[in-house]
Amino acid sequence: MLKITIDNITTEVEEGTTILQAARKIGGKIVPPAMCYYSKLKGSGGKCRSCLVKVSRNSTVDSKPTSKLVASCSTPVQDGMIVQNITSPEVLEARKAIVEFLLINHPLDCPVCDQAGECDLQDLSFEHGLETTRYEEERREFNQIDIGENIKLHMNRCILCYRCVYVADQLTEKRVHGVLFRGDASEIGTYIGNVVDNDFSGNVIDVCPVGALTDKTFRFKSRVWFVNPMNVHRSCTKCSGKAAAWMFGDEIYRITGRKDKYGELEEFICNECRFDKKDKKDWVIEGPRKIDRHSVISQNHYEKIVKQSIIKPLEERTEPQE
Amino acid sequence: MIPLTNRSKTVSNKKMTFAERLYLPGIVSGMFITLKHFFRKKTTIKYPEKKREFAEIYRGRHVLKRDDEGRERCTACGLCALACPAEAITMVAEERKPGEEHLYREEKYAKIYEIDMLRCIFCGLCEEACPKEAIFLTKETVISGFHRDVFIYGKDRLVESADPDKRIDITKRLTPEVIEFKKDKKQRHNRK
Repeated sequence: MLKITIDNITTEVEEGTTILQAARKIGGKIVPPAMCYYSKLKGSGGKCRSCLVKVSRNSTVDSKPTSKLVASCSTPVQDGMIVQNITSPEVLEARKAIVEFLLINHPLDCPVCDQAGECDLQDLSFEHGLETTRYEEERREFNQIDIGENIKLHMNRCILCYRCVYVADQLTEKRVHGVLFRGDASEIGTYIGNVVDNDFSGNVIDVCPVGALTDKTFRFKSRVWFVNPMNVHRSCTKCSGKAAAWMFGDEIYRITGRKDKYGELEEFICNECRFDKKDKKDWVIEGPRKIDRHSVISQNHYEKIVKQSIIKPLEERTEPQE
Repeated sequence: MIPLTNRSKTVSNKKMTFAERLYLPGIVSGMFITLKHFFRKKTTIKYPEKKREFAEIYRGRHVLKRDDEGRERCTACGLCALACPAEAITMVAEERKPGEEHLYREEKYAKIYEIDMLRCIFCGLCEEACPKEAIFLTKETVISGFHRDVFIYGKDRLVESADPDKRIDITKRLTPEVIEFKKDKKQRHNRK
């Protein structure tokens, strides 16, 4: 076991864990934000730099600090490591710059974008970014592309996190899309207009931290804060069948996977569940999903339906069940 | 008890004298007060002939603005409905089709946009929330009616006329900071 101190909180982790995973083990406000790292995808991370932290002591053997800020998602923990995240003004300053870099080519079309309200980049820039922009040049622009029947690709909004590429690589048998070209010109594309035709290709929508890959069956249908996320399940031969249904009254507007508090899918779901089963009869509704109180999605939503209470005689009363 | 104002009077239960019990002086002094009001300036006006002047920033019924080229500014982002404390605004969005670029400014627009004027409290939060400068409150008032459904204003009554002469002027509702910001053509918001 290795000892690590993050923002004055000490914990012990197994060998091979990264600083980010150790921070997530502690939890709370000291967890660095991550735009490209995805714990369920091998090899992800190290691209967006939003998880940069300061290592003020490398290990018990080497007590020197690292010369630069390190990406916590891809730096393994060493014994006796001391890490600063929100306690270091240097890190917060760097994060502000990272947000500015990520937003260089990202259009400010949040009012149009379907991802607004559940967008990682929106949260990141709200928390760490500047209110204004210093960028005066033209942003790069692409045409919208249909990847398959149900997925829309807005290359304008892409921040090149590579998550969708890893999903296609690791979840499906044959990857037909990837990042083409280099540097400023790089873009997500399918090889000569190939469509992504796989049972699990829809998961690229859920892993996308921005609104670059969106669900065409939900396109412009509603805003995420007007729909209620519910935990639902069905028996499916391809996947676990556990999903979240975004409902408006009795109608299911869209199906997504269930996301945890770090915005990562608990389980990947298949395209049949995601795109084709939009009838309430197809699903067993478990109950409303827990939403963070500070999220815009929690607006006008109630987790519990309070029923009219009937006062029972004393001996019949039991502890209230959760 | 500590008095909240210094206007309180102590009430006593003392017996009235004979002159006071006649009530005549009291009635006469009361009538005199009534008479005085005949010669005062009236606080009411004769409404349909004479109308009161509204403040320049009066918050009356809404308008959905068009931009300089006559395109609808609203993109159905739903922020006005989210900000609305009375939940008076509802909308349904639609994707702009090729060839409709002269009608709608953004690739998404409001197919249905309704404000229930009976629910609306004219607080102006929708106007504050709007990122596209689309909704504004105007000096016009909501016309009364006999049925409830008359008060649900759709796009037919909210969107201003495309005719440049019939546009509704809302410049009075902009703060000096906004007017200053709109001059900055480096901002993409002010260019398109």
